[in-house]
Amino acid sequence: MDELIFRFLIGGTLVSAFALVGDAVRPKSFAGLFGAAPSIALATLGLTVATKGRDYAAIEARSMIAGAIAFFIYALIVSKVMLRYKPPALVATSALMLVWLATAFGLWFVWVR
Amino acid sequence: MRIGLDVSSMQHFRWRDYAVRFVFGGIVTALVGLIARRYGPGVAGLFLAFPAIFPAGATLIEKQQREKKRRAGLDGTSRGRVAAGIDAVGAAMGTLGLIAFAILIWRFLPSHSGPAILTVAGLAWLAISVLAWRIRKAMKKLKAARRQKIT
Repeated sequence: MDELIFRFLIGGTLVSAFALVGDAVRPKSFAGLFGAAPSIALATLGLTVATKGRDYAAIEARSMIAGAIAFFIYALIVSKVMLRYKPPALVATSALMLVWLATAFGLWFVWVR
Repeated sequence: MRIGLDVSSMQHFRWRDYAVRFVFGGIVTALVGLIARRYGPGVAGLFLAFPAIFPAGATLIEKQQREKKRRAGLDGTSRGRVAAGIDAVGAAMGTLGLIAFAILIWRFLPSHSGPAILTVAGLAWLAISVLAWRIRKAMKKLKAARRQKIT
């Protein structure tokens, strides 16, 4: 339980810190880079290295490649949909999360597993 | 447009917005730990690149732009949504850095110091993301110039 609370605090802090930087930089498309900052990865991998070792963290990083490719495809589709059809951001970004799930698990099944 | 800091945006700083991101980020990080325990590091690793706070960020940008236009007496709904779309383009460039970040850790973490590799990978994320963003900007400029030449 203690570990989970610690993870929650570290993850929340890093995500907020990157968001703060993202909100302060301009232009807008450059600020968008921080939407894909490795905040959760840094928090998780740092803790994993400390508790389970480097080899275990490297296995997580290998799968992360699939997750990041899925994020790339997801962000591209979100941008195309938002710029062309202009739906509410929450609707588009939430509904298209299925694209991330399908791509990430598809890649994992074919390549990583 | 040059890259820079816009301190004026901090005037609209709202604790609530950051609290939402803190909670989302914290929950996903804790969930990754639970997934690793239940399904192993192979599945948990996928979620290190989960766009957990992306919807919250995009919604916030949409809202901020809409309010800005409304203060100027305009509707702003469409402008807010376009701004969220532009932010997503930037995020796509950021994910190229994220791929490099993951590859570096996967290849070099087993044989090198943890803090050193995490630092190098973090810097690589920033460098590759900025490079991808700059290349995209330059290509867009080139395309626009060509189009102008034709017409």
